[in-house]
Amino acid sequence: MPFEFEYSPAPEARTVVDIKPSYGLFVNGEFVDGNGRSFKTVSPSTEEVLAEIAEADEADVDAAVKAARRAYTRVWSKMSGAERGKYLFRIARILQERAREFAVLESIDNGKPIKESRDVDVPLAAAHFFYYAGWADKLEYAGLGPAPQPLGVAGQVIPWNFPLLMLAWKIAPALACGNTVVLKPAETTPLTALLFAEVCQQADLPPGVVNIVTGAGETGRAVVGHPDVDKVAFTGSTEVGKAIARTVAGSRKKVTLELGGKGANIVFDDAPVDQAVEGIVNGIFFNQGHVCCAGSRLLVQESVADDVLTRLKRRMSTLRVGDPLDKNTDVGAINSAEQLAKIRELSEIGEADGAGRWSVECELPSTGYWFAPTIFTGVTQAHRIAREEIFGPVLSVITFRTPKEAVEKANNTPFGLSAGVWSDKGSRILWTASQLRAGVVWSNTFNKFDPASPFGGYKESGYGREGGRHGLEAYLR
Amino acid sequence: MSTRLDVKKTYKLYIGGQFPRSESGRSYVVNDAKGTFLANASQASRKDARDAVLAARAAFGGWSGRTAYNRGQVVYRIAEVLEGRRDQFEAELRAAEGLNAAKARTYVDAAVDRLVWYAGWADKIAQVTGSANAVAGPYFNHSAPEPTGVVAIVAPSGPLLGLVSVVAPVITTGNTCVVIASEPHPLTAITLGEVMATSDLPGGVVNVLTGSVAEIAPWLASHMDVNGLDLTGVADPDLARSLEEAAADNLKRVRRPGVEDLLAAPALDRMTTFLETKTVWHPMGI
Repeated sequence: MPFEFEYSPAPEARTVVDIKPSYGLFVNGEFVDGNGRSFKTVSPSTEEVLAEIAEADEADVDAAVKAARRAYTRVWSKMSGAERGKYLFRIARILQERAREFAVLESIDNGKPIKESRDVDVPLAAAHFFYYAGWADKLEYAGLGPAPQPLGVAGQVIPWNFPLLMLAWKIAPALACGNTVVLKPAETTPLTALLFAEVCQQADLPPGVVNIVTGAGETGRAVVGHPDVDKVAFTGSTEVGKAIARTVAGSRKKVTLELGGKGANIVFDDAPVDQAVEGIVNGIFFNQGHVCCAGSRLLVQESVADDVLTRLKRRMSTLRVGDPLDKNTDVGAINSAEQLAKIRELSEIGEADGAGRWSVECELPSTGYWFAPTIFTGVTQAHRIAREEIFGPVLSVITFRTPKEAVEKANNTPFGLSAGVWSDKGSRILWTASQLRAGVVWSNTFNKFDPASPFGGYKESGYGREGGRHGLEAYLR
Repeated sequence: MSTRLDVKKTYKLYIGGQFPRSESGRSYVVNDAKGTFLANASQASRKDARDAVLAARAAFGGWSGRTAYNRGQVVYRIAEVLEGRRDQFEAELRAAEGLNAAKARTYVDAAVDRLVWYAGWADKIAQVTGSANAVAGPYFNHSAPEPTGVVAIVAPSGPLLGLVSVVAPVITTGNTCVVIASEPHPLTAITLGEVMATSDLPGGVVNVLTGSVAEIAPWLASHMDVNGLDLTGVADPDLARSLEEAAADNLKRVRRPGVEDLLAAPALDRMTTFLETKTVWHPMGI
């Protein structure tokens, strides 16, 4: 310890993607120049400028909403569910056909390891379209009334951590239910959404059914606040989620919010330790910890804490941090300089508050945004690193003595998105799962996602569910 | 012939299973439909609202932890006890709203029947809104509803059926609540509190405040230990908007006001608005 495995570089070829020097907005089925300014998207692993992206202003958003309204009224709301479904099946198939291109582009623009974009993001995005395609002509069986109706135009704002996957979570159910959409991808990761626009063209999706407006917070506010938007769907920070909830107050707009988390990963003394350690690593270091449902608080039973931590550190020392396009990479780049600064700041606060910091000793590339996988021990409930979402590869370790204490500590947070339970005893798992105030409970596993599985939070982690039959409710009345 | 003087009831609040006066010592005059004095109702304060939230929170663990079958029986018991007091409620509705006997009886009967309807849902709602999810992997995966927590409710003006229609769906699924009764017709709500207090409903599951909606509701809407907000009885759109804005501070689940026919058969939405879906995964293998 630490292990020194020699790996030859195994980079995925970048030539499969063709990044244009500049991109416009995707409105009414074609790419158009915005009225506003532009911004740059950079590769977080190299800081290389990838492309110049149009920044949609209010007038651009208005044009996109008008296109969506027209498409809704004239085409999409009149089309049979079966025909809508066939478009979604087409999209799913094209995503599968172009999977490698999407995976490489996602890793370049986001910084996540190619093995994750290749094995998780892209296949799940395609699966999501495939799943909801099948619902389009079966909505009357969804248990939401005999003749459920679409809402109209959906304004959707998504984050940078799973750019294509979040797009799929938003667009697939909206379209299946007969709505049209105006979607704003995150400003640091617009490229796969713009490539998705090409998929819409290849699928011959009627113009205006999907519109993509790029930009930052101001563009997002224009989408959410537009008076002709009937439905708002947002994934992102709790702070912005609350602002959106205030914006739509008193309006007719239906809202779903999928926000932050501070997931507790509970390891009992009878847990299968090696599996639990894999689950802890997956829970917090998957996607560099840029996961709203990350298991960012490890609650470990005191009697096994030393053993678990020793094995956890040993396992962490084998994580390969570096080039996102290398197929051996486990942990990629932090998505932006801004996010890196936030992770550093909270980590420094963790140290200042008195928690013990331990980071993997690894060589980090000299350019780009990087943060070594880190754990804090001796963390108390009052520490900011136990209460605030860090959204990075930083784990806070807290111990407990009894199951009741574990549940109390797990629930002692304003969030309620995810939780994990590790134990070999079925009755203990089921009891713990029933006590946790969280929307997703992974027992003896972590960070599993599926289009058939409803996802979403309790309390300040937001409201509404995405995925499964439950995900239809957000887009129907 | 000697005349007997009526023994009049003091109408207080219903908090934590008790009937306290408002800590503020305030009351307001409630008149009947013809403008004749009926009673002084307690005018609840911010402190009363907070006490009610404390009581509702304290009751939540026990009530949500009961079996659905047991909650169904308790809600059914409320219907049974109400049934036995139909004459009293009919008289109260006639006095409060000036209804004729037949109309008043219709509302009382509908309130009893609505409680029975919701009681039956207690152990069925999870089967209708939950699911077994066929995920692409060797995992057991299921979703089931759980109560949101403490729900603050502004009841619509129908003094009995209105209150029952908003409270029954919320508590049947395991939530606890603080309800502001109809401002002009608060007395029936407190009498209904007497029914609930004698129906095996644990104290604190339902807490009834009477007084000014505009004064009390903002404290509940902004209370950080309230998880849901039902604005059914808020008539003023500006107040409704400001309450929804305040609710955003901790992302309460909000049901916006809307016109509805209380006598019409309800749908599931009054229950589902204040339910969370929990999804549990577990690997399968040997």
